[in-house]
Amino acid sequence: MGENKNTYIIELREIEKEYYGNKVLKGVSLAVKPGEIHALVGENGAGKSTLMNIIFGMPVIFSTGGFTGEILFEGRPVEIKSPKDAMELGIGMVHQEFMLLPGFTITENIKLNREILKDNVASRIFGPKLKTLDVAAMRKDAKKALNELGMNVDEWLPVAGLPVGYMQFVEIAREIDKKNVKLLIFDEPTAVLAESEAEKLLDAMKMLAAKGIGILFITHRLNEVLAVADNITVLRDGEKVGSMRKEEASVEKMAQMMVGRKIERVEKSKGRVEKSSEVILSIRNLYVDMPGEEVKGVNLDVYKGEILGIGGLAGQGKIGIANGIMGLYRAKGEVYKNGKKIELNNPRKAMENGLAFVSEDRRGVNLMLDESIELNIAIGAMQVKGMFLKPLLGLNWIKLLDERKVRENALKYIKELDIRCTGPTQKTRQLSGGNQQKVCIAKALVLEPDILFVSEPTRGIDIGAKKLVLDLLVKLNVEKGMTIVMTSSELGELRSICDRIAIVYDGKIEGILSPQDSDTDFGLMMAGEYKSHSKEEAL
Amino acid sequence: MKNLWQKLVDKYGYPKVFITILLIILLIIAIIQKQSVYGLLKDSLVRIGMNSVLVLAMVPSIVSGTGLNFALSIGIICGLIAGCITIEMNIVGLKGFLTAVLISIPLSVMAGYLYSILLNKVKGDEMTVGTYMGFSVVSLMCIGWLLLPFRNPEMVWAIGGRGLRTTITLANKYDKVLDRLITLPNVDLPIGTFLFFAVCCFFIWLFLRSKTGIAMMAAGSNPRFAQASGINVDKYRTIGTILSMVLGGIGILVYAQSYGFFQLYTGPLMMPFAAISAILIGGATARKASISNVIAGVILFQSLLTISLPVINRMMPEGNLSEVVRIIVSNGVILYALTRVGGNE
Repeated sequence: MGENKNTYIIELREIEKEYYGNKVLKGVSLAVKPGEIHALVGENGAGKSTLMNIIFGMPVIFSTGGFTGEILFEGRPVEIKSPKDAMELGIGMVHQEFMLLPGFTITENIKLNREILKDNVASRIFGPKLKTLDVAAMRKDAKKALNELGMNVDEWLPVAGLPVGYMQFVEIAREIDKKNVKLLIFDEPTAVLAESEAEKLLDAMKMLAAKGIGILFITHRLNEVLAVADNITVLRDGEKVGSMRKEEASVEKMAQMMVGRKIERVEKSKGRVEKSSEVILSIRNLYVDMPGEEVKGVNLDVYKGEILGIGGLAGQGKIGIANGIMGLYRAKGEVYKNGKKIELNNPRKAMENGLAFVSEDRRGVNLMLDESIELNIAIGAMQVKGMFLKPLLGLNWIKLLDERKVRENALKYIKELDIRCTGPTQKTRQLSGGNQQKVCIAKALVLEPDILFVSEPTRGIDIGAKKLVLDLLVKLNVEKGMTIVMTSSELGELRSICDRIAIVYDGKIEGILSPQDSDTDFGLMMAGEYKSHSKEEAL
Repeated sequence: MKNLWQKLVDKYGYPKVFITILLIILLIIAIIQKQSVYGLLKDSLVRIGMNSVLVLAMVPSIVSGTGLNFALSIGIICGLIAGCITIEMNIVGLKGFLTAVLISIPLSVMAGYLYSILLNKVKGDEMTVGTYMGFSVVSLMCIGWLLLPFRNPEMVWAIGGRGLRTTITLANKYDKVLDRLITLPNVDLPIGTFLFFAVCCFFIWLFLRSKTGIAMMAAGSNPRFAQASGINVDKYRTIGTILSMVLGGIGILVYAQSYGFFQLYTGPLMMPFAAISAILIGGATARKASISNVIAGVILFQSLLTISLPVINRMMPEGNLSEVVRIIVSNGVILYALTRVGGNE
């Protein structure tokens, strides 16, 4: 760092940011030189997006109390209060989700709000608001920008019908068409692209860098990082855990830094029955059409009495597996429980077959927020198994709610799971996240399932409650021999209680690891590099 | 004082508190104007009984998640058709009323089933779609009333002999059969109607506590929750819609026996709105309703209407200001409720 500071385009110093008392950035510093491609890698929630939002002056940062630290742009301290400030400085951003108007042409999208105007009769009389667009000049500019990126597409086409890859390029063309652009931020630009398109994009990035534009490249595809980046910064839990030059970097090293070790395996089962080798559930060729979490052909066996973890980065499809099996999203493929085929796309059949599910969407799917705790717990078992009902005046065909049993049952679970509430009739909306989660688990337990699916059980609940929920899962597993399939974004959590962990990448199982396996293996699998990498080593 | 106010509002909601206060003020003015308070209260009770079942018809539709049933006029039309059929068949008295109820049920079930197919395709917009569906069916039936092959000279137009009249009198048919079912000496109150309403409430209360009723409640409270609990959401929405239509059909027959007339053509057009205002004033929302909301609502809303009419007319004899008040109150409370459909999140 002995170089003259003026050579940096942007320099971040000790950036810290809190969201509601939760520190998401803990003193991160980094600097980008002109013509440099600087890669920023990290897991979901590592703080990458927050950092980008700070650089781009996104309103979300200021509406939550701003940040501390210093930003220097071309050596001068600046305050970026809005995206407009950022753009005026010469910072451009290529978003992960396209910010394009589908009905407009490529030219119009590139020139939106920066149109080239020319005078006409009306504007001469009534003022500049009535100037006409100089379409020819705009097209020329658009064409130039597209050519710079090596794109051969007609600039007058509407964006709507373009392939995804092209849209990404239009977005980049828009940024480079801004005359003063000095720094471009790419937020996971290759996430939606096919491999060949991604390669083209990487070439374009190199070319832009060669013109002296600084590039900040956010991704979790590690091979892309190695292919283009000059410098690499790794974030984990809001901290900068490493920075290296391209020459020093390797996929393993980045993977290991990305994952790190967060939670020690504290709750390692004591006196747990030795895991059997009996397969209780086997999933064959499962496809689930869940938007954003598509599953594309999963094969997985679950052993009786184990806790199986399903991990992976967001959007890779891990959430879709349980949702598909339980019939909440359209699925195809085969699922066998104890050799018996389970009908898909039918939540009732899944429950009748001894499966129960605690969804990742606690408030949306798991609970009726305006109903009482006792009813929330009882309703699934009532509808599927006919529990908590009594005949009316001895007539068996009219079944009424048996309030006494519902109440007894609720009290039992409130005590057993230690649900903190004012009583079984309290509305679930009024409970804290952790207690809501316990109600959800109670609801699943009433069904007396053989296999319990739990998705993101600790999302959005505080640390103390997290541990309670995890302990509860272990207890159910050890004491009742319940088979548990837990899906979680938090690898540390999976490694603390699971027997095996399946990592999902691109809708498929990338591999199955033991919780004791190295951080490197986990990192590689999550980045989808495990198979290709181990092949290389074998050669 | 402020504390007490806050407590009242929290417990009963703004509409209930405001309407109660308005009602008390009107009653005080009535006393000052030396109006017959006994007469006003008696009229209120008659109107409460008259409208009660129509308001109850809102419960199944709200509970099953299709919101306020703005298309209740469809059920009402089914009830009116059934009523006309019994007159055509010349069945009179309590027997006539009960026959009309029995005939209306299959008609309402059919109409409710067809309407629910539409509702299940427009999830989230049930209330808007329902309003216009109701209007359309009423308009369509304006043609229907002209074309239906009724022959009874008491019902068809005197000149030409084709098409039903806009108002059909029930005198000598089943005028007040429920109202006067039970008579006590010196007390002229619609006890029979109240009894009938109580029986209807009891059955709905029982139904809401059955396995089907609870599944329906879950489907309405959180469809995704219901689906994840193995409940076929569309099926229970259909059941709720059908039940609401059936109660609408029965409700109009109860209304008509007390009122003494069938009002055809555009008569049913705005009827759902009165029922909706009533249940909303009773504390229901577009997502949650109970029998107690129905009872509280119909009492408050109908007494307000009944009492405000003579009181305001005495204050300002020119024009029909009481009608204006009625429209402001009934539409105002619907507006208030619709702004709160999303809940308090």
